[in-house]
Amino acid sequence: MQHIINILVENKFGVLSRVSGLFSGRGFNIETISVGPTLDPSMSQMTIITMGDERIIEQIIKQLNKLIDVIKVVDLSEKDYIVRETALIKIHTSRPEDRGEALRITEIFRARVVDSTPATYTIEITGDENKIDAIINLLRPLGIKDIVRTGKIAIAREEMKAVALQEAKKIRA
Amino acid sequence: MKITGAEILIESLKKEGVDTVFGIPGGVVLQIFDALYNEKDLRFILTRHEQGAAHAADGYARAKGKPGVALVTSGPGATNIVTGIANAHMDSIPIVVITGQVATRMIGNDAFQEADIVGITRPCTKYNFLVKDVDELAKTIKEAFYIASTGRPGPVLVDLPKDVSGARTDFVYPEKVSLRSYNPTYYGNKWQIKQAAQAIVRAKRPVIYAGGGVILSKASEALKELAEVNEIPVTLTLMGLGGFPGTHPLFLGMLGMHGTYAANMAVHDSDLLIAIGSRFDDRVTGKVTEFAPKAHIIHIDIDPTNIRKNIHVDTPIVGDVKNVLTELNKELKAFEESRGQGIKERKPWHAQIKAWEEEHPLAYKKSNKTIKPQYVIEKIYELTGGDAIVATDVGQHQMWVAQYFKFDRPGTNLTSGGLGTMGFGFPAAIGAQIACPDKLVFNVAGDGSFQMNVQELATAVLNKLPVKVAIINNGSLGMVRQWQELFFNRHYSGSILDGTPDYVKLAEAYGAVGLRAKSPSEVERVIKEAISIKRPVVMDFVVDPEENVFPMVPAGGANADMIFEEASQGEKEKGTGKKGRKNSVLPA
Repeated sequence: MQHIINILVENKFGVLSRVSGLFSGRGFNIETISVGPTLDPSMSQMTIITMGDERIIEQIIKQLNKLIDVIKVVDLSEKDYIVRETALIKIHTSRPEDRGEALRITEIFRARVVDSTPATYTIEITGDENKIDAIINLLRPLGIKDIVRTGKIAIAREEMKAVALQEAKKIRA
Repeated sequence: MKITGAEILIESLKKEGVDTVFGIPGGVVLQIFDALYNEKDLRFILTRHEQGAAHAADGYARAKGKPGVALVTSGPGATNIVTGIANAHMDSIPIVVITGQVATRMIGNDAFQEADIVGITRPCTKYNFLVKDVDELAKTIKEAFYIASTGRPGPVLVDLPKDVSGARTDFVYPEKVSLRSYNPTYYGNKWQIKQAAQAIVRAKRPVIYAGGGVILSKASEALKELAEVNEIPVTLTLMGLGGFPGTHPLFLGMLGMHGTYAANMAVHDSDLLIAIGSRFDDRVTGKVTEFAPKAHIIHIDIDPTNIRKNIHVDTPIVGDVKNVLTELNKELKAFEESRGQGIKERKPWHAQIKAWEEEHPLAYKKSNKTIKPQYVIEKIYELTGGDAIVATDVGQHQMWVAQYFKFDRPGTNLTSGGLGTMGFGFPAAIGAQIACPDKLVFNVAGDGSFQMNVQELATAVLNKLPVKVAIINNGSLGMVRQWQELFFNRHYSGSILDGTPDYVKLAEAYGAVGLRAKSPSEVERVIKEAISIKRPVVMDFVVDPEENVFPMVPAGGANADMIFEEASQGEKEKGTGKKGRKNSVLPA
């Protein structure tokens, strides 16, 4: 099963290598990995998508926690979460009817054209994996020149129960 | 007052209580060696190969119970020490390795003697550092020792560029370390400990299976209490030997591939297995699905990744072994009244174990013509009264020591358990002799293993270290030869050591003493003489080259299906070279 693991790490050189080396050294898979800054400049946030049965995921999480530079590991798959990915897609649009079709598709998907030349459009789209795969499939007949996709990033949804409870308390007060 | 990075390093080591540094100098560590030149409180031991320095630091750590230190140069100095680091990593031994590095502005330029040692050792250290700023150096050394010696111990490497050791700053050694991302769990979960206590009280066929964690956490006494008070038989892993007295009536011997029949059968038939500071290594479990199939398993370990890595565990307890056992022993006091009854109910279990012990005790065919290797080990044990530190290398001789030398105290069995590094024993013995100058230190070696770090004879002679090397000389890489005999139709491919030197002359060439025994009647005299000489001695025991280690579980086989000497002898006579057993499988 696919798991989304968020890892809070020390923002030091070599940390990415320690994390990725752990996966390769122990034969675990990385499907996507993304790293970015956090509010605290001394820490970075990694999101890793990995596959494995329960036993492997348990080992992955334990091994990640064991790394000295890892501060916190969260397996989002145990929770409700939001996952997003961004793609930049460059398409051929030399024929006028292609430009029209590209714009229609862009609108349907609530994507944006971020760069335009007489012969190409570059479209930016953000969404989950299915949405990005879908727009790529629709744009393919026009002729795709280049695609760049970010890895996935994910965040846990705030638990509704807790929020509702707080609201209820407020009303009572 | 501002001092150099090199001086800061030396002062920091002293603050950590380091008294000995093993290593070899080179271009980028000249500044550090200059700082060592007039140093009175730090003894520098020049080894003849960097691998020897790492193993010596490792042996020092095992014998003394505190981190060993090695200092080498960049590039080849650093890469030569990698095996020693990986060895310490697999056995969880605290060592701190300082490597020189080319100047920071040269890093990445393929400079002379440059190696990315931080990158190379990332997977085989507990942690490693590249120090880029002299102001970070003291703090880094503090953290290095802290990480190496706390939690599950392990090797830490500090890479020190030449310009950093030459730069000057004020020396302030931090009093405390705090790492927000490193907080080992030392105390076990109370509820889980309670569960474990109840399982122990209920058990009819309990066995304790303890490993190196008992020694690292200095938990021997607590383990002894647990076993004695509740009358639970104990088996130990190779790394655990010495953690429970080898002469104790409750001791079953080692378990696993070359363990005793009684130990493997007891684990197999147990209804409760208490794993303590051990990690279900494949050499211990054999076929995992048939390892302790009927047992409720309690697993106590400081490293959570060890739990459920190889085997399902019913009651996991993460924590320092000593703390957890102390709590567990306390918890078990609540059952004091019913204990007598429980112990009575286990009478048949103890009787069964006794029957297994009698059915297949450790045994070998004695001979008065050729020296049996087991006989040499028995004699060393007898003539030292067991009061010696024994470092071994890897292979047949290592297993014979594990079987026939009854280690009674922790820190006396120094062996390369995890990585299985031939060439470990001799430098480790040198490190142990420095750590414990008043102790009798033996290195039982194979002729193959000894040749892998034989150059350290110079180190032993120069430093007047009276290490006794006992070479079990069978003219081959014995364990490889044994597997080829049993599983590869006696195709002794690459395992016969033709062209070995005359070890007596070799010892003499280095200024050590060389002794030889060719027949069983000479063994005792040679060992006695070696013990009486207060210098390094190399004993060459020319042993039966055909002798194999038994009992044995073939790789991938179940522990309950062991092969014994008699069975394999029969096969030998038939000349098939193959075993006729159903569990015959190829080595993994």
